[in-house]
Amino acid sequence: MATLEIRDLHVSVEADNATKEILKGVDLTVKQGETHAIMGPNGSGKSTLAYSLAGHPKYTITSGTVTLDGEDVLEMSVDERARAGLFLAMQYPVEIPGVSVSNFLRTSATAVRGEAPKLRTWVKEVKETMAGLQMDPAFAERNVNEGFSGGEKKRHEILQLELLKPKVAILDETDSGLDVDALRIVSEGVNRVRESGEVGTLLITHYTRILRYIKPDFVHVFANGRIAESGGAELADKLENEGYEAYVKGGAASGANSGGAAA
Amino acid sequence: MAEAQNIPAGSTTAGSIAVAAESTVATRMSAPPSFDVADFPVPHGREEEWRFTPLDRLRGLHDGTAVATGDGVKVVVEAPAGVTVETVGRDDARLGRAGAPVDRVAAQAYSSFRQASVVTVAKEAVLTEPVRIAVHGQGGVAYGHQVVELGAFAEAVVVIDHTGDAVLAANVEYILGDGAKLTVVSVQDWDEDAVHVGQHNALVGRDASFKSVVVTFGGDLVRLHPRVAYAGPGGEAELFGLYFTDRNQHQEHRLLVDHNTPHCKSNVAYKGALQGDGAHAVWIGDVLIQAAAEGTDTYEMNRNLVLTDGARVDSVPNLEIETGEIVGAGHASATGRFDDEQLFYLQSRGIPAEEARRLVVRGFFAELVQQIGLPDVEARLLDKIEAELEASV
Repeated sequence: MATLEIRDLHVSVEADNATKEILKGVDLTVKQGETHAIMGPNGSGKSTLAYSLAGHPKYTITSGTVTLDGEDVLEMSVDERARAGLFLAMQYPVEIPGVSVSNFLRTSATAVRGEAPKLRTWVKEVKETMAGLQMDPAFAERNVNEGFSGGEKKRHEILQLELLKPKVAILDETDSGLDVDALRIVSEGVNRVRESGEVGTLLITHYTRILRYIKPDFVHVFANGRIAESGGAELADKLENEGYEAYVKGGAASGANSGGAAA
Repeated sequence: MAEAQNIPAGSTTAGSIAVAAESTVATRMSAPPSFDVADFPVPHGREEEWRFTPLDRLRGLHDGTAVATGDGVKVVVEAPAGVTVETVGRDDARLGRAGAPVDRVAAQAYSSFRQASVVTVAKEAVLTEPVRIAVHGQGGVAYGHQVVELGAFAEAVVVIDHTGDAVLAANVEYILGDGAKLTVVSVQDWDEDAVHVGQHNALVGRDASFKSVVVTFGGDLVRLHPRVAYAGPGGEAELFGLYFTDRNQHQEHRLLVDHNTPHCKSNVAYKGALQGDGAHAVWIGDVLIQAAAEGTDTYEMNRNLVLTDGARVDSVPNLEIETGEIVGAGHASATGRFDDEQLFYLQSRGIPAEEARRLVVRGFFAELVQQIGLPDVEARLLDKIEAELEASV
């Protein structure tokens, strides 16, 4: 069974000629078939966790380990991670002018599957998956993310998730900027993948709204660069009622402390 | 002016828009146009029209020391029925009508060629097959002159292929009769030591359409002047260009669209990719809208994609407007580096870095290639880009 293990992960970024530590010791285990929601206020480091796992060059891992089925993920290049079974649905996917969606999807599926999918079955597979996400077939001829609305970008991300069938899927604020209809369609896509029982899902979100459609097995509150509290689905209800204030205060207090120390 | 180097994708470099009584496009040349090489001083490299060009790599084309040899280039013209192909002497009256040389090398070519080739498409002839002109370098020095003339309402596609190794200075004239339609594809697919300098003048007749596709892949130094002027109102010119500049290559395209006649259109779109140390692309896009040219509609665009460190782009759009009574005039120039975020996105979908890079470059050019409108030419160019990418990225 596929398992992603994150141990004492510390990550920093370079900003304004200074090094800033963003993740301060993250521990988390995601197993195949499980869904973990990571919730937290803005600036808590949720997205940094997502991009660090995918290998974005902006982030420097200063200590800790990440393994997928015992293999060292941090040693892998970005594309090797994807081929090993990691997938990141991005919050702000970039435009790639001149590269059509159909060409992109096929190139990507060929890379991840290790061989080119048979053309006839592939066309059918893409068509059906797009239909499930209520995407117009003409979409395949557009350039990747070029001129896509916010909702189209997210559907396109989930389309890739469904086609690439990763072992571990990280969804970075896939719900943000979606209206209720789009949120439902996108969530159904995620659920189709989850129902296979073959994917571990790390659902990063600011809001509890998406958890009505995608039921998590575990909820983690992320604050100040680490997991501040973990629990079951009921923890989301608590956050819904009380917000992040209790967690943010701790972060603000430690910020004040460090300021004091500098003075 | 707009000198772009390593500027993030999406940024633009503004050129200049001059509204002047006196033409700066004309005056920034150091000598007036002339057919006689003696009218041009030997350039020293600081002149406006020479400042980007490494003179020491012109192999003497600019200072009179390059003497034509017997083994310069071999020119083979294949033409379908309805086309006349002639080899004529220097005194043929049909030469030199589309415009005079504007720099010393073009004048050297005009002063030095022994015989010219004239391809004539009879009026109202509509060709179903292209005219193919193969210019194959055989290692020597050559001067040449080519005329392509279409009679009124004739339609033709001409493909000029440059291959092999040569030091070549050659000018081409395109003369379009009223209502004629000419598409010219000029491919510079030279061996790596070749030097090719030339001026391509098009004279577009009343209601005629001229489409030029300039494709430069090879050579040590290629410097071309595609130029357009109009012989009557209602003419249209589309100038497309595509270049792939590799390590230590110098590829320079200097365009002028001279809107000298009312109610004409022009659209210029050149795109280039560069990679490797010493890769240098130069694009000069001059558009002149003369006082008489009311109702002009023009746009020019240059985009460059810098794939590696050590490559350099000089992109200078220049729009000069002498009348306000026009439909539209615009220009854009942008030079971007290969975008790390695009690379990350593609890699995060399992696509290896090199393949991701190829996908992006292919896409960058595909947008332009799709506008050419000739399926076999489009397919050939995409194959060529593919080969270029296979060989080098």
